[in-house]
Amino acid sequence: MAAPRASLNLVAPVWNGVTKSIRDLSSSVAPKGSQKKGKRLLQFLADRFYDVEALREYLLQKQVSKVHQENRSFTYIKERYGPYVAGAYFVLKQGGAVKFQGQEWIQSSGRRPSSLELLSFQAVPVESVDASDCAINYEGLDNLLALKELQSLSLQRCPHVDDWCLSRLYQLADSLQELSLAGCPRVSERGLACLHHLQNLRRLDISDLPAVSNPGLTQILMEEMLPNCEVLGADWAQGLKSRPEKQSQDTASPTPA
Amino acid sequence: MFRGAVHLCAGRGHLGRRLSTLRGGSALGKVEGTGGHHGSGVPPVSSCVTFRTWDPGRAGQTVGQLGEGGWAGKVSEIKKTLQSVLPGGAWNSLYDTSHLPPEQSDVVIVGGGVLGLSVAYWLKRLEKQRGAIRVLVVEQDHTYSQASTGLSVGGIRQQFSLPENIQLSLFSVNFLRNINDYLAVVDDPPLDLQFNPSGYLLLASEEGAAILESNVKVQRQEGAKVCLMSPEQLRNKFPWINTEGVALASYGLEGEGWFDPWCLLQGLRRKVQAMGVHFCHGEVTRFVSSSNRMETTSGEEITLKRIHEVHVKMDHSVEYQPVECAIVINAAGAWSGRVAELAGIGKGPPGTLQGTKLPVEPRKRYVYVWHCPQGPGLESPLVADTSGVYFRRDGLGNNYLGGCSPTEEEEPDPENLEVDHDFFQNKVWPRLAWRIPAFESLKVRSAWAGYYDYNTFDQNGVVGPHPLVANMYFATGFSGHGLQQAPAVGRAVAEMVLEGRFQTINLNAFLFSRFFLGEKVQEHNIF
Ligand SMILES: Cc1cc2nc3c(=O)[nH]c(=O)nc-3n(C[C@H](O)[C@H](O)[C@H](O)COP(=O)(O)OP(=O)(O)OC[C@H]3O[C@@H](n4cnc5c(N)ncnc54)[C@H](O)[C@@H]3O)c2cc1C
Repeated sequence: MAAPRASLNLVAPVWNGVTKSIRDLSSSVAPKGSQKKGKRLLQFLADRFYDVEALREYLLQKQVSKVHQENRSFTYIKERYGPYVAGAYFVLKQGGAVKFQGQEWIQSSGRRPSSLELLSFQAVPVESVDASDCAINYEGLDNLLALKELQSLSLQRCPHVDDWCLSRLYQLADSLQELSLAGCPRVSERGLACLHHLQNLRRLDISDLPAVSNPGLTQILMEEMLPNCEVLGADWAQGLKSRPEKQSQDTASPTPA
Repeated sequence: MFRGAVHLCAGRGHLGRRLSTLRGGSALGKVEGTGGHHGSGVPPVSSCVTFRTWDPGRAGQTVGQLGEGGWAGKVSEIKKTLQSVLPGGAWNSLYDTSHLPPEQSDVVIVGGGVLGLSVAYWLKRLEKQRGAIRVLVVEQDHTYSQASTGLSVGGIRQQFSLPENIQLSLFSVNFLRNINDYLAVVDDPPLDLQFNPSGYLLLASEEGAAILESNVKVQRQEGAKVCLMSPEQLRNKFPWINTEGVALASYGLEGEGWFDPWCLLQGLRRKVQAMGVHFCHGEVTRFVSSSNRMETTSGEEITLKRIHEVHVKMDHSVEYQPVECAIVINAAGAWSGRVAELAGIGKGPPGTLQGTKLPVEPRKRYVYVWHCPQGPGLESPLVADTSGVYFRRDGLGNNYLGGCSPTEEEEPDPENLEVDHDFFQNKVWPRLAWRIPAFESLKVRSAWAGYYDYNTFDQNGVVGPHPLVANMYFATGFSGHGLQQAPAVGRAVAEMVLEGRFQTINLNAFLFSRFFLGEKVQEHNIF
């Protein structure tokens, strides 16, 4: 690819150069004098370009809409069987696990729980949800936000959970005690700041968040913001050992008294 | 040389037009996207015409030479190479003429700020057929050094008093949340909007409490997630606030906060360019229009005008380039009043429709950035005090930024963008420190000033066509909330242009005619 670029760079300011070099190139491909044929080829290429471009755009759109599709709410189930069954059904369908109050964990792998089995829990609140590695996004979160007794939620490594999602978790403020966001690629300190609503939180895992620009500082600020919560994050002590100067600098200025 | 380039270009308009069906279609259409190309067989004429006259035929053959297998990949590589070399890319040619506007365009948008670009985006997105409308964006300053968009504080909220404003912001927040679906460009990395969903906290005094409450009611009806807080609750949640004199507060729970305005601007720019919108760097200095005298049923004589041509003065040059057009969009932000004047708007006897000016003018607003080690923590929202002072956190390092709108008497001279530091000392800081005692000791780090596109009539946007200059449409006057509403306003204007009416959000209240009729649509939450 280097070659055409170089030639473009060289000749672009001088138009004659461009024509010449391009003629040279083209003559090697199209037989001399077959101007017409060249034109047809050109038309073909132009059409093809159009298609490739359109196709790629279409594929891109398709990818997006697949995620949206997977995150539809099961309005019918919800209306008919209530939020617990609908929420559980959603999580299981996404490949996660749920735990109804006083019951065992139900997982989607292996034996698929029959709808009948779920139906027996209609009146039993969902206590824990493990949605690790699920394709859950902002819309899909609706299903979880309806679980008003949810105490423990794991969203580990969810590729579509972002700061916008975190800004909605306040709806679970009354019940949520444990939350894991470890490994979510799109969660940043900006979303974490909204977790101050979760005043009942006892345990928060924010380790391994690549989008957080300053993990050490963020952890400290999170601990300050949620004084009753144990915040698991970048291994602070370890960081101190490996890069003492840098870390101590981080703490020096911004820690409010 | 420059002159030559201008003239040369002038002879090229219809060719570019003839080929516009190819635009946006072929990968090479991108090349053309910044200029327009000759039909194959038209020989390049002059050495100063560079890529504008790129011949798709020959270029295609270059590509053809690359062989059969997997050439879709190669094609995209070539495309990238071309793009990097082309204007907008890293490389700059001395003889680059791509900034010259085409000779004709269906729509000319004056102002390439966030509003202008949003209109361009929605026009292209809502067009019935790919490539059906030719859109040209004219921007006088490609560095955007004075444009409000880059100088804003990037806030978005739904806490307005008017249903229209709430709906606009709700639409926009949805747009911003899905920005990478809306503004996705194949092969380009996703945008990082840096949205801080921290909410707005509006404080109200005894007198303001009733209004605040009724505003929240409207906001909730429209679907915004806003809650009311008593001083007691406020003290519990944000102990760093001094609640003296606060009777009630409203706090946005979702969809409010702040984001990087540059990201939105660049994202829109990138996308509309990929959609085939033309850009040109120059100042709109004149409109050529025809007038038509008419009599109303009541015997009143009015003059209907129609703009036919826009004159674009090229940067650093006395040359101008006329662009024939069917529709002009006035999205010139703080300068849109001036642009309206160019079209003869407001030049008539006072009290008549002809004599009604577009009441939008630049108003200088300062933003100060300070550091305060003991300041509010991560939970801190954007706080707007009863006194009109506002502030928000800026990053993690205990930095904050904020300001205050001056009173009508204190309005600074908008001649330049110099910052008045005394204004902070005398007007902002005392109120700030009163409300947030921790701010008694702080250190101002920096400051900047920007222009509000201030609507002196009722501080609200002006959207839709002018009643007399019927092909000039407005998208301006948003007085400090134009950034956040841009995605929705762009759509509204595009609907008006294409369909003749507002479809998604009814903005009839924001039409120009209200200035003549004297019907204010007052927004109470402006700060
Ligand atoms: C300090 C400050 C804080 C703000 N905070 C917020 C906020 O928190 N939230 C929010 O939503 N909004 C905010 N705003 C308001 C917001 O920035 C504006 O409403 C919005 O950017 C307007 O967009 P625009 O595209 O109309 O204007 P601009 O970005 O100013 O774009 C207009 C463009 O038109 C060009 N132009 C003008 N005349 C001509 C001509 N004759 N020919 C060619 N080009 C021309 C100019 O060069 C300019 O680039 C703030 C503004 C300021 C100043």
